[in-house]
Amino acid sequence: MSERTIIPFGPQHPVLPEPIHLDLVVEDEKVIEAIPSIGFIHRGLERLVEKKDYVDYVYVAERICGICSFIHGLTYCMAIEELMKVQVPDRAQYLRLIWSELSRIHSHLLWLGLTADSFGFESMFMQSWRLREYILDIIEETTGGRVIFGSAKIGGVRRDIPLAKMDEIMKKMRVYRKDVAALCEQFMKDQTVKHRMRGVGLLSREDAISLGAVGPMLRGSGVAQDIRMTGYSGYDRIGFTPITETAGDCYARCMVRVREMDASFQMIERCVEQMTDGPIEVKVTGNPNGEFFMRSEQPRGEAIYYAKANGTKFLSRLRVRTPTFANIPPLLTALAGCQLADVPVIVLTIDPCISCAER
Amino acid sequence: MGMLSRSPWVIHYDGSSCNGCDIEVLAALMPRFDVERFGVVNTGNPKHADIFLLTGSINEQNKPVVLNIYNQMPEPKVVLAVGICATSGGIFRECYNVLGGADKVLPVDVYVPGCSVRPEAIIDAVVKGVGILEEKRAALRNNLKSAVSQA
Repeated sequence: MSERTIIPFGPQHPVLPEPIHLDLVVEDEKVIEAIPSIGFIHRGLERLVEKKDYVDYVYVAERICGICSFIHGLTYCMAIEELMKVQVPDRAQYLRLIWSELSRIHSHLLWLGLTADSFGFESMFMQSWRLREYILDIIEETTGGRVIFGSAKIGGVRRDIPLAKMDEIMKKMRVYRKDVAALCEQFMKDQTVKHRMRGVGLLSREDAISLGAVGPMLRGSGVAQDIRMTGYSGYDRIGFTPITETAGDCYARCMVRVREMDASFQMIERCVEQMTDGPIEVKVTGNPNGEFFMRSEQPRGEAIYYAKANGTKFLSRLRVRTPTFANIPPLLTALAGCQLADVPVIVLTIDPCISCAER
Repeated sequence: MGMLSRSPWVIHYDGSSCNGCDIEVLAALMPRFDVERFGVVNTGNPKHADIFLLTGSINEQNKPVVLNIYNQMPEPKVVLAVGICATSGGIFRECYNVLGGADKVLPVDVYVPGCSVRPEAIIDAVVKGVGILEEKRAALRNNLKSAVSQA
C-alpha cells in the first residue's frame, strides 16, 4: 500500500498567483516530505545598487514586492537615514506609520481572500477583496498609487495628507473597521473553516524558534516577537503590543492576522489623534558611509536590510532578508505528515510572497 | 462575435514580477471590476485557455515554464504582456538575471505598460486581445478551407 510517489506542486498552480515549486513526497494521501525549489522570479536586484544610486534605489526597493511595497521602501530609507544620521520629522514618521498599517490591512485582506479560496470558499474571497478595494482607494487618494505607493523617500515622505482629507479618511476607516471585523468573524466562526484549519499544519513553539519562523507564523505558535516592539517610525509612541496565539496550527495563524487587522485600524486612529503639524521631510545632502542593519515588521514578518556604503553615491552592498524566505523551513516542517488535500491551505497560511523571497 | 470572443478564457503566469501586477490581475476579477460578467474566466489549465496573461520579465529559470504553458495552449491564442516588466524588463532591465520582456521568447500580441498596471488597463488589453483572437480564428479557418479545397 505504502508506495512513495512524488507529486510536483507548481510552479504554475491554480491556488498560487506566484510561482513556487514543491516536490511533495507522498505515501498514499499522506505527505512525508516537501522539497522546495525556488528561483523562478529571482531578478538579482540586490546587485542593482551598483547601477542605481542610493536615492534612486528607493524605487527598486519598493518593487521587491508589490504587496508590502511601502514597508520595503521604508525599511531601505530608514537604513540609509541611520547611515547618514538623519533625524526624520515627527509628522513624516506618523505618515509612514499610517501607510505601513494601511498596507498591512490590505495585505491581510488579500491573504484572507486567497486562503478562503484555497479551500473553495469563493464568496469570502470576493468579499474580502471587495473590502480591500476600499483600503486601496484610501491609499490611492493619499499617495497616488494603488500598489506601488512611491511616497517614502530618504529624509521623510514625499506627500502630506491634509487635515480635511484625514478627517474624511478616518470617517471611512471607522466604517471599514466594522465591515472587516464582521467579515473576519464570519470566517473564523465558520464550521468548515474550523474543520479545515484546526490542528492542521502544526508548528510547535520550539520548532518555530529553532527554524527561525517570523511574523504571524511565529506569533501563531505563541512567541511574542514583533519588530514593531522596537519602536521604529513612531510605533513606540502609539503603544504597541504584539498579538499572539498559542495553538500553532493554521487556525491560530489566521487568528493572529485577523486580530492584527483590527489592531492596525486602532493604531491608525491613535496615530491620527497624536499627529501634529510640521515638516514632512528634511533635506539630505552628501553620501552615506558605513554599514547598518535595519529591521522592520512586514505583514508577513520580519524584514532585514543590511546596507554597506563607502562614501560614494552607490552602495557597495545591500542584503535583504525577507519574511517568506525565513518562513520556508517552518513551512516544510508544517507540511510533513499532512494530508495532500491540505497542502494549499498550509502553504497559504504562511502568506507566501515569492517575489519577496527570491528578489 | 464568435464563440471565443464572448467568453475568452485566460491563464495567468507570473514571470518574475514584483507581485504588483499579479494582484492587479486578480483585482480585475473582483467585484469592483468583475471581468467575469463579460465571460472572462481565469483558468489554471493552459489547455483551457485562449489568452495568456504574462506578468513580469523572462529569466533562464522561468523560460521553459513560460514556453511550456504557451505550447500547451490550443490555437488560436493571444499573448498579453502585462506590466512594464513584461513589455521591456522595466526597472529590473539592468538586473543580471533578467533577459528582458516577454517578447524574448513569445510572440506578444498586446503590450500593456504600467507599474503597476491598473485593472482598467488589463481589461482594455483583454478586450483588444479578443479582437486579435477573432482575427486569428478567421485566418485559421480560411487556411483550413483552402487546404480542404486543394485536397
